[in-house]
Amino acid sequence: MQEEITKPRETLLDAEEMALNMGPQHPSTHGVLRVLLKLDGETVIDLDCDIGFLHRGVEKIAEQDTYAMITPYWDRLDYVAAVSGDLCYVEGVEKLLQVEVPRRAEYLRVILTELQRIASHLLWLGTHAIDIGAVTVLLYCFREREEILKIFEDFIGARLTAHAFRIGGLWWDVYPEFETRVRDFLKIIPDRITEYETLLNTNRIWLSRTVGIGVLPAEEAINLSLTGPVLRGSGVNYDVRKAQPYSAYADFDFEVPLGENGDTYDRYLIRMEEMRQSVRIIEQALDGLPEGPVMAKVPKVIKPPVGEIYHSIEAPKGELGVYLVSDGTGKPYRMRIRPPAYINLQSLKRMAIGHLVADVVAIIGTIDIVLGEVDR
Amino acid sequence: MAAVTTTGQKRSIGQIIKRLLLLDLIEGLFLTFKYNVRALYEPRDGGNPNQAIYTEQYPLERPRVSERFRGAPRLNLDPENGSTLCIACDLCALACPVDCIEVGSIRREVRDGEKVNKKKVLTTFIFDTSRCMFCNLCSEACPTDCLELTQSFELAVYHRSGFRWDREMLEKGINYVRYTK
Repeated sequence: MQEEITKPRETLLDAEEMALNMGPQHPSTHGVLRVLLKLDGETVIDLDCDIGFLHRGVEKIAEQDTYAMITPYWDRLDYVAAVSGDLCYVEGVEKLLQVEVPRRAEYLRVILTELQRIASHLLWLGTHAIDIGAVTVLLYCFREREEILKIFEDFIGARLTAHAFRIGGLWWDVYPEFETRVRDFLKIIPDRITEYETLLNTNRIWLSRTVGIGVLPAEEAINLSLTGPVLRGSGVNYDVRKAQPYSAYADFDFEVPLGENGDTYDRYLIRMEEMRQSVRIIEQALDGLPEGPVMAKVPKVIKPPVGEIYHSIEAPKGELGVYLVSDGTGKPYRMRIRPPAYINLQSLKRMAIGHLVADVVAIIGTIDIVLGEVDR
Repeated sequence: MAAVTTTGQKRSIGQIIKRLLLLDLIEGLFLTFKYNVRALYEPRDGGNPNQAIYTEQYPLERPRVSERFRGAPRLNLDPENGSTLCIACDLCALACPVDCIEVGSIRREVRDGEKVNKKKVLTTFIFDTSRCMFCNLCSEACPTDCLELTQSFELAVYHRSGFRWDREMLEKGINYVRYTK
């Protein structure tokens, strides 16, 4: 099919290719992404992504800052899932320092990151749906996300740029009503997810906009080194939480949902199921929450031994990794971030060619990018 | 993939009657009416999703801010004698990732009873709230519980110079306009 449409179709009139700029101010590119489209009528023949509008040079800034100072910058990479970013970096430094984190802190970290996964997926679902035209879902999703953000505000002190974890554990222990608040939320959320599905699963417009759009076979998904729901939508069973269990994830029982067709609809179903699995993980973590301190004994001035590590976690968008090189001083010699959104964005070209312009919006939505993370 | 069964079903007589009498419409109108009646007598409770009026009447009504919220900075004073708790150790400025704190101090002889100690004394303290990202690292570094991020969140000013908070402002806080009607 691809070979057929690389040339403009011959018609009676002159068929000419057209270049179209989508973004960086386009509301459906989820930030400042510029997509340069080559069109034949409404069909996409070729496209090119122009990124870097939000580049802040976090990797370079990290070389001038001490290890503790870098944590807040990780909130600002993937700002809709700030807690997951913190977890990745903080665990990386702990690995470098060879610090054992208290069990209670690990469990609380799991609870917070899984809540963040639900919040991130809810925001994804709302914006993805509003891109395609289902406005109601956005309002419903934000209603539930608000509850999570309130829990975050009471626990961590901030709603979005959380700065949730410190090297060695957590700064705060739980507040008195934390467990009841989270349990109340867990009681309502499965019904609410079903509610979203009743709005979308049998919606003819939703189905015709998502089924068969942006199909990605498993082999190509692996070759593009995709991770997260985009990879699992193509049926590849890879989840960092299962493959290399970090934190306390080995203690919990959960399933990794897999897709069959690798289209936009499958990726939607997977994220919905992932939210349900997150609920299961949080329930188990709350039931088995150990007593004890939440902070390990960490020196005030953090000077890891000379060495290098790579640590990765399953962020809501895919495998988020950090590569840290220490030269024995208080500042990292090099910090390299492996952002899932940046790598997943490479599949946009492969998925969008041959579809209509309106489908490009759906495909950008299904990859679930955050430009703070893409541009770093 | 879920099967699509939105069309092709036969309607029962009950459904037809429901449709003719506009029962769904009446149900919706009744719900709106119920909320309107509740709004007349129910007190507002910030953050409760089941209350009748959810909209926060912002300048009149202060939003609920959590205890651990990180907002405007404050320099705490000793409650006993009103002098500053700051010992000018500069740890907050060193901990800040964005260098928004400037601590000015001089070495001075301080009389403590009969002894005379040479001590660092705080003279100026500048906190640039336009650069601050409210990460709480300065407050965590403070050894005397002096610098603290408070629950106050209204940091908007009319001029850029207003972002530079000096020592007096940090100790007293901002005077907000209080709206009464």
